[in-house]
Amino acid sequence: MITELPMGFSLLLSGILFTIGAIGALMRRNVLVVFMCIELMLNAVNLIFIASDRLLSSLSGNIFVFFIMTVAAVEAAVGLAIFVLVFRLKGTVNADEVNLLKG
Amino acid sequence: MGFTKVVYFTFAFIAILSSLLMVTRKNPIHSALWMILTFFSLAVIYLLYEAQFIAVAQVMVYAGAIMMLILFVIMLVNLEKGYGEGEESKSPLQKKKIAWLLVTTVFFVELLFCAVFFRMTGKTGDYTAEMVRSMGNAKTVGSLLYGKYLFPFEIASLMLLVGIVGAVVLTKKTK
Amino acid sequence: MRDFLWLIPLFPALGFLLNSAVGKRAKKGFISWVACLSVFFSFVVSLILFFEFLDLPPTARLFEQNIYSWISSGEFSVPIGFRIDPLSIIMCLVVTGVGFLIHVYSVGYMHDDPGYRRYFIYLNLFVFMMLLLVTANNILLMFVGWEGVGLCSYLLIGFWYEKDSAANAGMKAFIVNRVGDFGFLLGIFLLFVTLGSRGVWTLHFATIQQNAHLLGPVAGVITLLFFVGAMGKSAQIPLYVWLPDAMEGPTPVSSLIHAATMVTAGVYMIARLNFLYILAPETMFFVALIGVLTAFFAASIGFAQYDIKKVLAYSTISQLGFMFLAVGVGAFSAGIFHLMTHAFFKGLLFLGAGSVMHAMQGELDLRKMGGLKEKTPITYYTFFIACLAISGIPGFSGFFSKDEILWQAMSSPKGHILLWLLATITACMTAYYMFRLFFSVFHGPCRAPAEVIHHIHESPKIMTIPLMILAFLSVAGGYVGVPAVLGGGNLVGEFLAPVFSLSPHKEVTWRLVSEAWAATGEASHEAGLEITLMVVSVIMALTGIFLSYLFHLKNPALAERFVERNPRLYRLVHNKYYVDEIYHFVFVRGLFRLGDAAMGIVDNTLIEGTVNGTAKLLEGIGGRLRKIQTGYVQEYAFILVLGAIVIVGYLILYPLF
Repeated sequence: MITELPMGFSLLLSGILFTIGAIGALMRRNVLVVFMCIELMLNAVNLIFIASDRLLSSLSGNIFVFFIMTVAAVEAAVGLAIFVLVFRLKGTVNADEVNLLKG
Repeated sequence: MGFTKVVYFTFAFIAILSSLLMVTRKNPIHSALWMILTFFSLAVIYLLYEAQFIAVAQVMVYAGAIMMLILFVIMLVNLEKGYGEGEESKSPLQKKKIAWLLVTTVFFVELLFCAVFFRMTGKTGDYTAEMVRSMGNAKTVGSLLYGKYLFPFEIASLMLLVGIVGAVVLTKKTK
Repeated sequence: MRDFLWLIPLFPALGFLLNSAVGKRAKKGFISWVACLSVFFSFVVSLILFFEFLDLPPTARLFEQNIYSWISSGEFSVPIGFRIDPLSIIMCLVVTGVGFLIHVYSVGYMHDDPGYRRYFIYLNLFVFMMLLLVTANNILLMFVGWEGVGLCSYLLIGFWYEKDSAANAGMKAFIVNRVGDFGFLLGIFLLFVTLGSRGVWTLHFATIQQNAHLLGPVAGVITLLFFVGAMGKSAQIPLYVWLPDAMEGPTPVSSLIHAATMVTAGVYMIARLNFLYILAPETMFFVALIGVLTAFFAASIGFAQYDIKKVLAYSTISQLGFMFLAVGVGAFSAGIFHLMTHAFFKGLLFLGAGSVMHAMQGELDLRKMGGLKEKTPITYYTFFIACLAISGIPGFSGFFSKDEILWQAMSSPKGHILLWLLATITACMTAYYMFRLFFSVFHGPCRAPAEVIHHIHESPKIMTIPLMILAFLSVAGGYVGVPAVLGGGNLVGEFLAPVFSLSPHKEVTWRLVSEAWAATGEASHEAGLEITLMVVSVIMALTGIFLSYLFHLKNPALAERFVERNPRLYRLVHNKYYVDEIYHFVFVRGLFRLGDAAMGIVDNTLIEGTVNGTAKLLEGIGGRLRKIQTGYVQEYAFILVLGAIVIVGYLILYPLF
């Protein structure tokens, strides 16, 4: 159904999403929003994998996306646990105020 | 243009728009909601690429579990503090961040470059579209997961276990 | 006995080790017997070897024995080996004989000293090192002995180390010696390398003698460097300054080391290396010149010193100058002969001075003495004999040896009339200041405080018997060298001739000279000249004695008026021509300033600067690099993005190149 679509569009879309995610991860002060931008970047990569699967008649990409999702889930769980701890310590969600490793 | 193309471009546009909105909202709950929309549109695009298993997994895991988790944490934090981010946009780090933004656009230009000048090498794999269609995407993916990629599958499950235990251990309040 | 040469140095070494091993509580009797007997046994062995020599024809008088191979590398080997020929047997006899007498004397002199054991340990070590020096059959082993006697000299000069002046004197002796030793070492190296470049790798005396002709003009430099060593060890100008200060040590030490043996090592060395010096006439002239200048200079200082031992020290320097004059004009055997007689009478003079100090309870200033003639008769008569000997009065040993030197200074192919003139004037001066000392100490009224006068007594027999033996030798020791012109056979000269004879076309030996005297008509002309010179020197000696009698016994006021009329001259001589002060100003302070500069530039700036600078550099770098760690997570994420940009950029651009 979709093979007529040249791959370039998906690359472009993925690139745009990835860049938006990168900019958001660097610019936003709220740590949770930063976290969501990281998830956006992961999804952009997922898109590339799926798109190239179709083009290359392979299912390895799908498998790999499966694992990326697994990892993202675990990372979300543990990362948010750590965030909760830092929040208990510092009392703020502002990324600029969490500079305990300054040296 | 065919039907698929229209759907594709529409949902691509929605994805970009909602991600932009997500990045720019002040209220984190709004950001989360726009994020969910982005995930949904990406799921539709996966469907267009005949990756049905992944599309469903996307909705269930990302839009369902992960975003729920994030929403809960946002509300937990907001409850204790109110959604103050602090309005000091004059800190020196803010000025640095403008510079970072400009540098990151360079990155975007590079990716653009790749997209435009992308060339295929001509190698292809085994799972042609017809074969997958005949067997069904989920079934094929399943046979691969439990066949060729069994070991990473087991590792993934172990990792999930570690994640569960870790999350609980980390956030336990010790008296 | 020829296979037992190693016994000669062995006995004193055993004495040294035994006395060291027994510990502090050893009884004085044990220590004395061990020390004296060890030297005595060496003397006996030397005597036996000497009589064996007399049985052999002159050309066969050479024993060599190697007991251990010290260095052995390819062609080159240095053994620990001994060489006994007429020269070294004479030196051995003098060292062990006079050494034995001085050991016996020391038993009495050092009787009340708390460092008794230490004294005899050092003394035995010294005799061992000196014997090593004179019996070595290669230059390196001789240098070991050379350094060893320097070390023992330091130890014994600074024997009473609690006294600052004694410790400093010991250091001064060692350091000045070291300057000389540096020259000596350079000489050894140059000799070794020069011979080596011609294919002969050796430091053995016999081998060097055979190959000496290979040296060419370098011989002049080599011999000059060796003479620098002799200047230090034998106290010639400019390195004599340590010897007067060395009088801080015990008097028997001054007698043995600084009169009879160690200071003569330089003369021995030149005599031993005569085959090198023959090749370098310029150096020999330099040696003779330094010798006669030193003799004159030191004698002049003796005129205005009031410390008994200092007068004797300057006298030693002066007599050493005579010995160097002798070897400088080619009269090697005359120099050695004078060395022998000097050991007798100078050793006696020092022991006599020790006896006087013992009587006067440690007084050294001769202005506070006088009139000891009646109270210490044995000391008086032996001292008198020694003074006559040193002045060169006929009949005593000093006459024969000193006259030999004066004659050779005039007549030898390398001699010169000016050398003879200066030497004869010095002989007159010698007589003067020795008798000045003699009259001041033993004649006239006693100027000491009353309670010291009360305690004046003759020394015990253990001290006076060596005095008497040495006095006998001071008289009889000269008769082995009676020159041909007076009817004697010049036994010493003949005995030493094989050592100093080289290839026939080079140098005339004593035998040839005496034959020439008898044969040709010129002989009588030469003989007449020699007798004339002899008479002149005797007249000079008697003049000196008479002048000193006039100034110091008959009419002391004359001496004082002279001093009043020439205050500046007197002060100059009394202060030893300010040589010590000049050295201090030039060398000592110069070195201190060099050291300060070195510390300032090298130590503080360079080394500390480098070390501290490195630390500061690292600190600076660290301080700047530290700023990367801001603690902001987003900044770290930005660095990640930068890295990604670089990598993607590389991947894009890679196919283009």
